[in-house]
Amino acid sequence: MSAPFTTLESFRKGRDERAFSIEDAVRYYLDRIEGIDRALGAYLTVNPNALNRARQLDNRLARNPANSPFYGYPVAIKDNMNVLGLPTTCASRMLANFRPIENATVVERLLKAGAVILGKTNMDEFAMGSSTENSSMGVTRNPWDTGRVPGGSSGGSAVSVAAGLAPLSLGSDTGGSIRQPAAFCGVLGLKPTYGRVSRYGLVAFSSSLDQIGPFSRCAEDALELTVLVSGPDGRDMTVRDRDPQEMVREFEGSVRGMTIGIPEEFFGDGLDPEVAASLERAREVWSAEGAVFRPIRLPSASFGVNVYYLIATSEAASNLSRYDGIRYGYRSLSSGNLKDLYQNSRREGFGPEVKRRILLGTFALSAGYQDQYYRKAQQVQSLIREEFDRAFHEVDLVFAPTTPTPPFRFGEKLDDPLAMYLSDIYTISANLAGLPALSTPSWPTPSGLPVGAQLIGPAWSEGRLLRAARVLEEAVGFRTPPVSVQTAGGKVS
Amino acid sequence: MKLTKEQVLHVARLASLSLTPEEEAHFAGELSGILDYVETLNRLELPPPGLHVSEDMSEPTPLAADMPRPSIPTEEALSNAPDHSGSFFRVPRILEEGR
Repeated sequence: MSAPFTTLESFRKGRDERAFSIEDAVRYYLDRIEGIDRALGAYLTVNPNALNRARQLDNRLARNPANSPFYGYPVAIKDNMNVLGLPTTCASRMLANFRPIENATVVERLLKAGAVILGKTNMDEFAMGSSTENSSMGVTRNPWDTGRVPGGSSGGSAVSVAAGLAPLSLGSDTGGSIRQPAAFCGVLGLKPTYGRVSRYGLVAFSSSLDQIGPFSRCAEDALELTVLVSGPDGRDMTVRDRDPQEMVREFEGSVRGMTIGIPEEFFGDGLDPEVAASLERAREVWSAEGAVFRPIRLPSASFGVNVYYLIATSEAASNLSRYDGIRYGYRSLSSGNLKDLYQNSRREGFGPEVKRRILLGTFALSAGYQDQYYRKAQQVQSLIREEFDRAFHEVDLVFAPTTPTPPFRFGEKLDDPLAMYLSDIYTISANLAGLPALSTPSWPTPSGLPVGAQLIGPAWSEGRLLRAARVLEEAVGFRTPPVSVQTAGGKVS
Repeated sequence: MKLTKEQVLHVARLASLSLTPEEEAHFAGELSGILDYVETLNRLELPPPGLHVSEDMSEPTPLAADMPRPSIPTEEALSNAPDHSGSFFRVPRILEEGR
């Protein structure tokens, strides 16, 4: 069976014309998950109530017309955001049995609009990683080449959309965890401006950098989802009261007359030539549509990885101190006294990458070292912000690669944390500056691996970023990976 | 910067993490490598201390209204506890018998 719809707009049309029921739509995805996901591992939990909810929504639809395009729309959620009735594991042994007592704000808003949560997706433990290999719950495979990683940390959410196991999903991005897997899987991924979306109900990793955002097949769906989930909730006080319709207005139109900056630091040594060639074609598309390109300098951006691994680990060390084995989370059984209980629970509950970052962050904040590490990192973070401020006096957007290479193989970087960290070298600076940024599919490499084009904009310019992404999307087209698996009911492809 | 096993042990204690002897040696080497990398920051000419706020984000963070909200019901607060008794979290004894 082919998909009854591919985008929010085609879903809305089909739903309102009764071409299919919401139950049909949800069942289509559940069947695909059952048929294909064993080979890909995008989901950690499939929502056992999804079909029931779909039927209830169908019943209500028989009496009242739908008031939102999301009414009945199936969505997948990264497993670090709370959905009532489903576990929130963060792909960690520490939270393997954690059942949230309320919904995350983003989930609450989706449900209020009538969306159906399909399930929770795999990720690097506590969102720490760039390949989803740090999950303690299992492997997620890249649908374009199952010998390669899907990227991370939101690997499961990226694969769910790429392989048609969900039409739309949510991830979180602290240093590239939406954009990098989006690039590796050939879908669009958006990290909104810091302060656009509430993180209430998102498990905290690095609170000054974390942001929730969408994975989608097209720019328009990413826009709709961002509009739906953005704005204050009185819970996460970093959220600003911006009119989301601003984004909708800026989405209209073409790239004619738009000035796009090309930072030479992002296109130098270390960028794979096949990725560079693909991005050159993308640049030509925007050029042909009337955008003007101009070289810019972001000399401190290349130090983003250094800054990130001090700031993010320091905040993580602090945020993860709450896992003490007392109030919730894993408790070690081999503990005679309270101190052992803390230490053993944390030793047995956390995986190696989480421990590595807790140690690094604790060290960077420890007596005698703050000036040398944390404070210096903040000063370089200031430099990066100032350089972006200056750049946006001259250009409307910045164009960069999302990743230095196409998706890498399993195990390739697992034993070398620094090499893994460097796969986020182009995405990290947007988090450090709090800026919105997205990755949209460019042309694949000659061997068929996905390539992502990254656009970074000034604060609150998500609409503009998505407008430029739509222009490229029309030229490239959405590509579907060649997954096909036998199921009891026949062949699903 | 080269981290010694003793320093790693000290940091682990600060972080309430217990490590196996193999982990101590492993993390000492690995963290030293990461620190050497992050220290390339020392090459940069730095602005004065403090964090620059990006343009268009300079409005102050809104304050939450100082209004009481109902707190989590005890039963829900205990629902994820690894061990509890009545309305309490149960932990190993902290004080010695008779003190």
